[in-house]
Formats: sequence, structure tokens, C-alpha cells
Amino acid sequence: MNLEKLLVPVGFLQISPELCKGCGFCIEFCPRNVLEFSEDVNSRGYHYPIIRKGMEMSCSACGMCQRICPDYAIYLEKVEKIPAKKVIR
Amino acid sequence: MSSSDRFRLREFAVTSLTKYYEGLEQVIRTDRMPHIFCPGCGLGIILKGLAEAILKSGIPINRHVGVSGIGCTGRLPGYLRIDAYHVTHGRAVAFAVGLKLANPELEVTVVGGDGDIVTIGGNHFIHAARRNHDINVIIVNNFIYGMTGGQYGATTPTGSYTTTSPYGHVEYPFNIPLLAYASGATFIARWTPIHYAQMVDAFLQMFEHKGFAVVEIIAPCVLYGERNRFPSYTDMVKYFRDRCVIDHEADLRKIGISLDPKEPLVIGNFYKVRRKTYEELYKELIERVSKEGAKE
Repeated sequence: MNLEKLLVPVGFLQISPELCKGCGFCIEFCPRNVLEFSEDVNSRGYHYPIIRKGMEMSCSACGMCQRICPDYAIYLEKVEKIPAKKVIR
Repeated sequence: MSSSDRFRLREFAVTSLTKYYEGLEQVIRTDRMPHIFCPGCGLGIILKGLAEAILKSGIPINRHVGVSGIGCTGRLPGYLRIDAYHVTHGRAVAFAVGLKLANPELEVTVVGGDGDIVTIGGNHFIHAARRNHDINVIIVNNFIYGMTGGQYGATTPTGSYTTTSPYGHVEYPFNIPLLAYASGATFIARWTPIHYAQMVDAFLQMFEHKGFAVVEIIAPCVLYGERNRFPSYTDMVKYFRDRCVIDHEADLRKIGISLDPKEPLVIGNFYKVRRKTYEELYKELIERVSKEGAKE
């Protein structure tokens, strides 16, 4: 298979830590397990989601996290088509 | 935290919201975010879904009206940039009926919890369904009176532990779709917030439908979960994901909720029928009588 030509969508997430209440819905419902709780807390004391180390290119842009977030704290900023060879999943 | 810090924080929240919600900020009051609901509550998702449905419905925003009673869910229309009325406990359906009769052009949506609509306002609910008023009712069922501290209500499943039933609840709960069907509602659906696209679709069908439309949304509630089998925030949504069965042709008699780990939770758009609404029949009556003239 020509992995140079094959383009796959990769999503880039934007997370607003100050809006997050730490419910963990996005972490639970991510099909690729891209997110995890941060060690740090926001100003209200909640652990917000961050992208796992080494999984920056793993988001498949399904948009489940932005649909399921009750606090509007996470969203898909952009979706890019990137050759499959560069995306290691 | 100083007051200037707080101001900056709030400003940050608003700008980051508007960036994503370019369309939705016409309907959601982004300046009031973050909202008051608990972490792990489904109401934020329902608010987002309702706003999206209002935008997609094709009805101008100034013709939409939200009515709510008391409770956690009663605060939901306050976050929408539409005309919203916050009325006495249980009387949201009665108020909406009056609103619709006064101005039939309006698209009236009642958003209430299970305690507001089927417990305290139960009589208003069944009689508005019987007369088939052209209003929409969204019942957010979280199995408990959440705002007042977790007392049991009419939809609490048998055997649940609540503040007022520490040894287990002995009563049988309401089956809301069957109650609505028996009372004469003409559109009945049930979804959960994690079925987001289907929920928005049900809201759109509800706006389109002429007649009494009931959409039951089964919402995760932290206050219910912490005393029962769902101690963490995500346990209840995990249960919904694993046990939900979509069946549009389900027998309404067999879809009561027990929240048993082995029992399926049946969801879907159960029932839809076109019947003449109260507003249409009343208009016909006025036309007929004014043509014939008053009786001697």
C-alpha cells in the first residue's frame, strides 16, 4: 500500500482548562484513548484533560469529545489530511 | 484570587467559547458560562443539543419560547437566548398551555425535570396530553429530586438508596412513555444525552410535530449515582453506553426503567401520530359558530 499517497484525517483539539469541571466524559468516550487527566489543577481545583504524550497525531477527528462535553471546554479546532506514513497509530 | 484575576478568567472563558460556538452563541448565553450544573451532569449536553435543534429548526429564534418550573432543569432555559419563563413548581405545562392559546404562532417548549412534570405537575401533564395541545415537553429524568438534596420521587427505581430511603426504596416508578401514551400524547421519544445526534434529531422532530410531543431524556445524576451503583462521574454514562438498546417499535408496557445491570434500557422514537390539536379544533369551532350565528 502506498502510505505516502493515502491521506488520513487528524484532529487537533483545543482544551480550555478553566471551563473544565473534571467529569472525565471525554476521556471515557475517546475511541483512540488520546486523552488523560492532568497532574495539574485549574483555578477551581479540577483535573482537566490533556493529550497523552506521544499521541498528538492519534486523534481521528470523530468529534465525540466536543459533543459529549457538558461544559463546552473541549473542541476540535481543525482537521487536517495527513499522509498515513507520518501518522503512527 | 483577586477580583481582577477573576475578571480576566471570565473574559478568557467567553472568548474561548465563542470561538467554537460560532453558530450556537446566537442561542446560548455564553457570558453566563461556566454554568451551575454539577460535574458529571447531563444537562450541559442537553442544553447544547436544544440550542443546536433551535438553530436547525428553521423557526425564527424570536418565536421560540422556553418554559420551566423549579429544579435543576428549571435553570436550563435561563441559559438560552430566547424568551424564557421560570414559573411555580409543577405548573410549567399549565403556563405553556396558556401561552400557546394566547399566541398560537409561538413554538412553546417546556423543559422540566421528572419531579417538576410527572410528580408535582402530573395532573397538568396528563390533561394537557389528553387535550392534545400543540406544545413540546422535554422531561429530563434523573430518578431523584437533585436540587433539594436527593429525595426519592415518582421515577426513582425500586430498591434505590436515597436520602429519604436509606434502607432501599419500596415504591414502583412511573413509566413515562406509557403514561404519556395512555394520556394521549402524539409524539413520544426517549434518549440519553450520550446519544447526542439522535437526541438533536428527536428535538427537531418534536418542533416539526403538530400536537403534544414528549421527549424523555434519561440524564446521569451524580447525586443519584453516589448512593447507588454509580459512585464516580462516568459510571452512569458507561452504564447507558453498555446497556442501551435502540428499538423504535418497542412495546411501551415493557420499557420501565429498573437500572438493573442485567436489564436493557430501551430508547428510541417510540410513537408518532397526527391528530387534530386543541388549537385547530378551537379555531374550527370559532369559525363554525361565527358563520351560523349565536344560538337563541
